[in-house]
Amino acid sequence: MSWVNAIIQGVLVGGLYALFACGLSLMFGVMKVVNLAHGDLAVVAGYVAIGVITVTHIPVLWSFLIVVPVMAVLGYVLQRTILQGALDRSVLATLMVTFGLSVVIENGLLQFFTANTRGIGTGLALVTGSFSIGQIQIGYLPVAIFVTAVVVLLGLQYFLSATRYGRLIRAVADDKEAAQLAGADYRHVFGIAAAVAFGTVALGGIAYGMYAQLAPTTGTDTILLFAFAAVVIGGLGSLWGTLLGGVVLGVAQQIGAQISISDETLAGFIVFLAVLALRPQGLISRGAQS
Amino acid sequence: MSGPPNGERPERGTPLVEVHDLVVHHGQLRALDGISFRVFPGEVYAIIGANGAGKSTLLRTIAGLHSPTSGSVLFDGTDVTGLRPERRARQGIAMVPEGRRLFGSLSVEENLQVGAAFAREGPWTIERVYETFDWMRARRNQSAAQLSGGEQQTVAIGRALLANPRVLLLDELSLGLAPVVVQRIYGMLPQILAAGLTVLLVEQDVSQALRVASHIHCLLEGRTTLEGTPASVSADQVEAAYFGLAGAAPDSAPEGSEP
Repeated sequence: MSWVNAIIQGVLVGGLYALFACGLSLMFGVMKVVNLAHGDLAVVAGYVAIGVITVTHIPVLWSFLIVVPVMAVLGYVLQRTILQGALDRSVLATLMVTFGLSVVIENGLLQFFTANTRGIGTGLALVTGSFSIGQIQIGYLPVAIFVTAVVVLLGLQYFLSATRYGRLIRAVADDKEAAQLAGADYRHVFGIAAAVAFGTVALGGIAYGMYAQLAPTTGTDTILLFAFAAVVIGGLGSLWGTLLGGVVLGVAQQIGAQISISDETLAGFIVFLAVLALRPQGLISRGAQS
Repeated sequence: MSGPPNGERPERGTPLVEVHDLVVHHGQLRALDGISFRVFPGEVYAIIGANGAGKSTLLRTIAGLHSPTSGSVLFDGTDVTGLRPERRARQGIAMVPEGRRLFGSLSVEENLQVGAAFAREGPWTIERVYETFDWMRARRNQSAAQLSGGEQQTVAIGRALLANPRVLLLDELSLGLAPVVVQRIYGMLPQILAAGLTVLLVEQDVSQALRVASHIHCLLEGRTTLEGTPASVSADQVEAAYFGLAGAAPDSAPEGSEP
């Protein structure tokens, strides 16, 4: 029974990983930006949420109504300024710039908020509560996060396939120059894509703050690594691949933890390496999508 | 088709496109070396020349995809040399790029929708494109990457028309297509031009260009070697200008540019 439990918990935490991974995948798929600051931005979103909740006293769950737009605007501005500036030079420059951004964010958080860990909404019934099916205990929060991830992916899919800007984002990702010839300013379209990606990362940051604890270093030592692993396992550029990748990673970790609690992270990365070696295009390759 | 009578060139009103003493470099290479010409409304202006003559560079510079080293591009009397390509597109310069360049992960209809996204007011709608190219409607949900070369070229033309441009730049429509397909595509031109569209096209296939053009302009290694209406130039002159056989047609090719 404990194995069934491990698999269920793994699937649910996969939703959290998908929330991190989909923004990373979107930014790489459209702009070819490998955003090494992705995890740190999730942490920033979590801290913003803590600040917003403390200052405005709005209910914890509604904080996303403020945090998501704030992060989206930040995404647009960062893309139009330093990320575009780096893109105009080279792909390597974007790696260096996002790495630098990551270092700056992490140390900025350490400076202002110390190395203490913080949680979001600790004590809420949603965060601590659970229900049981037979002998299996399932927390409300992992279920809520998984459902959020599915809703976000459905929303992204609708946005990309059925809206004007979604179409432009795909067109620009295919061929920037041809899109310009049709009148599209690709830099603005990149900005919109970054805003959407930062919006998803904001949700990921809030969810992580409720699921676990946030510290200034959480972004690089946990979130970014798991996001990368989920993207690679699922298949680069594939939206639903990020959910599949997140779920496979989550299940591998939980099964590893079942064998020995210290093997949790190791098991996840063994699956990651196995996929990289045996199926480098990921479980869902981009060609098979749409 | 509102083409001019053979021989005479209707220099009426403001030129729609005017290129003045254009010099463009690709790195060290001087791809265009002082090109000047004017395209008047309603004309089908063909730039011909061999591979590497600078034809595509010229068209891409007019569309804004290359920045000239010196010289200027005027559109309807206004200098657009410093304008980004998307600004020029919205003002009415549409281009069918070399190699079609459809959005491969988008469907046929989505490609057309992108073409219409920043359109000016005008006669072209997606519905009208489907009426003009009747096979397209049934295959509108297919991925653009699955179409044949000729079909892709037609979608690329439809995508450009949907911007309701004032001038349509066509870059090597015949490239990589079977002759019969090229015939069919050029055969559609009169229908497209019914709306009074001005066309500036680049073509390696000289016979095709001579058939549709109201004015031709031959480039050789970035310089103008011949200009005139198809009726006013002889086959020998064209051959000399195209291949640069200086001795073959003495004094017939005006060096430099526009009077």
